[in-house]
Amino acid sequence: MAKTYNAGVKDYRETYWMPDYTPKDTDILACFKITPQTGVPREEAAAAVAAESSTGTWTTVWTDLLTDLDYYKGRAYAIEDVPGNDEAFYAFIAYPIDLFEEGSVVNVFTSLVGNVFGFKAVRALRLEDVRFPIAYVMTCNGPPHGIQVERDIMNKYGRPLLGCTIKPKLGLSAKNYGRAVYECLRGGLDFTKDDENVNSQPFMRWRQRFDFVMEAIDKAERETGERKGHYLNVTAPTPEEMYKRAEYAKEIGAPIIMHDYITGGFCANTGLAQWCRDNGLLLHIHRAMHAVLDRNPNHGIHFRVLTKILRLSGGDHLHTGTVVGKLEGDRESTLGWIDLLREQYIKEDRKRGIFFDQDWGAMPGAFAVASGGIHVWHMPALVTIFGDDAVLQFGGGTLGHPWGNAAGAAANRVALEACVEARNQGVAIEKEGKEVLLKAAASSPELKIAMETWKEIKFEFDTVDKLDVAHK
Amino acid sequence: MSEMQDYSSSLEDVNSRKFETFSYLPAMDAERIRKQVEYIVGKGWNPAIEHTEPENAFDHFWYMWKLPLFGETDVETILAEAEACHKAHPENHVRLIGYDNYAQSKGAEMVVYRGKPV
Repeated sequence: MAKTYNAGVKDYRETYWMPDYTPKDTDILACFKITPQTGVPREEAAAAVAAESSTGTWTTVWTDLLTDLDYYKGRAYAIEDVPGNDEAFYAFIAYPIDLFEEGSVVNVFTSLVGNVFGFKAVRALRLEDVRFPIAYVMTCNGPPHGIQVERDIMNKYGRPLLGCTIKPKLGLSAKNYGRAVYECLRGGLDFTKDDENVNSQPFMRWRQRFDFVMEAIDKAERETGERKGHYLNVTAPTPEEMYKRAEYAKEIGAPIIMHDYITGGFCANTGLAQWCRDNGLLLHIHRAMHAVLDRNPNHGIHFRVLTKILRLSGGDHLHTGTVVGKLEGDRESTLGWIDLLREQYIKEDRKRGIFFDQDWGAMPGAFAVASGGIHVWHMPALVTIFGDDAVLQFGGGTLGHPWGNAAGAAANRVALEACVEARNQGVAIEKEGKEVLLKAAASSPELKIAMETWKEIKFEFDTVDKLDVAHK
Repeated sequence: MSEMQDYSSSLEDVNSRKFETFSYLPAMDAERIRKQVEYIVGKGWNPAIEHTEPENAFDHFWYMWKLPLFGETDVETILAEAEACHKAHPENHVRLIGYDNYAQSKGAEMVVYRGKPV
């Protein structure tokens, strides 16, 4: 029977709270951590979030009756306590897949984390996890190449890859910068990286940087007989400029380019990832600005969601934190999102902060990149935590070597290979790391000095964004 | 702090040429090779042996020594094939591979006999 029109304001829960709803396999599911304003009941707050992130507005409008709102609306279908937090609760919301344009993380997140995050009835709101149904995953391109193809292109097997961000991050001339790249690569690194801040500043325009870096790669390859790359950052003020730089990187034969997917934007990133697949260049992804979104435990977007966004939008590498270095990152939680980045099917696992099963189907996985305040002493832990499908990036830990970049690179390469060999032999390298490294240093003076230089450096601060655990 | 050392590596010095995983460690002896074979077998990967003239080591495709040893789990047999390849091509690099057919990739790849640098 047709409905009649009643102008006015209804409680959200009358329409959007559906505790009996069973989510469909094709629904996009979201888990929000909601801290409501005082006096707002949980069901009403959850329903409000469902409404404001889908079809709802604050009042009834007559045009609601021209469509099948009951089909299109988001549905708050479950509420749970947040362990260790009496004020907040988890709300689970299901969205019908038709609400979103195919292949567009831009569109999905314009809804899910759009106006609703400024909504007055909630004091704080955090998007903890999103389940993308395989039906939606199949509409996205995902990583341009993925782990397996990159291993084949770069000819690196059975170990993590090694990288280094060139420092100082700002101010070097293009030729001096190319020198620093060459030294790292000839010493044994697989990759070097533009710092995210390096785009095309007056002290070093992108074109000269690309030219000198490419010469460094070519020479290091001839010298070492190994395949090398440098992440040429094509992040730019406009998409047109970004593609111009990417085209030039391709023209000179660069194997890999780089983009900052949050500051650059999901639209630019998705387009660039498609371009990379079409043109055969690997794509390294940096995550500047992520901590603005993901560090506050009560408000924002969890990094596991940002990881899923990147996997759908496309990238062959993504920075994931190191657990052991200078930057924030809880171990179990990090293991959760590196699985989400690399694996094919990830099961719900609250111990790792994963709220939903996630099926990626045949979508390739991407390398996890560990970067930030790590050095040779961290190597055993890094190999244990990250396994082989990772790029371990030692910036200061390469360039800060007392004998220079090449020696620093060689030290890291020897340490890495020693740890991988020992791991393959069944040695518990995280426990016995010291012995493994000391033994390797016996035949590598570069490693020996590196170990003496960084012996005492540790970063033992407690993590701010922890997993939610019971406090009573 | 000990005195600064030069990093000696050059186009001219053929000893600068590396060959990917484990090539920055000392050359493997029989015991170390055996342990890596055991690792590959333990992972359930298919072992394979390949070789190349050192001057062509940069190429993706080396010469296969027979076919990959599909389903072979006997460490002695695998070691014997690697050694036979080395005996037949003493100047060449010989590498040991573990094909991971689920990942459609190589789970392991390493040079176990180093050829004469050129």
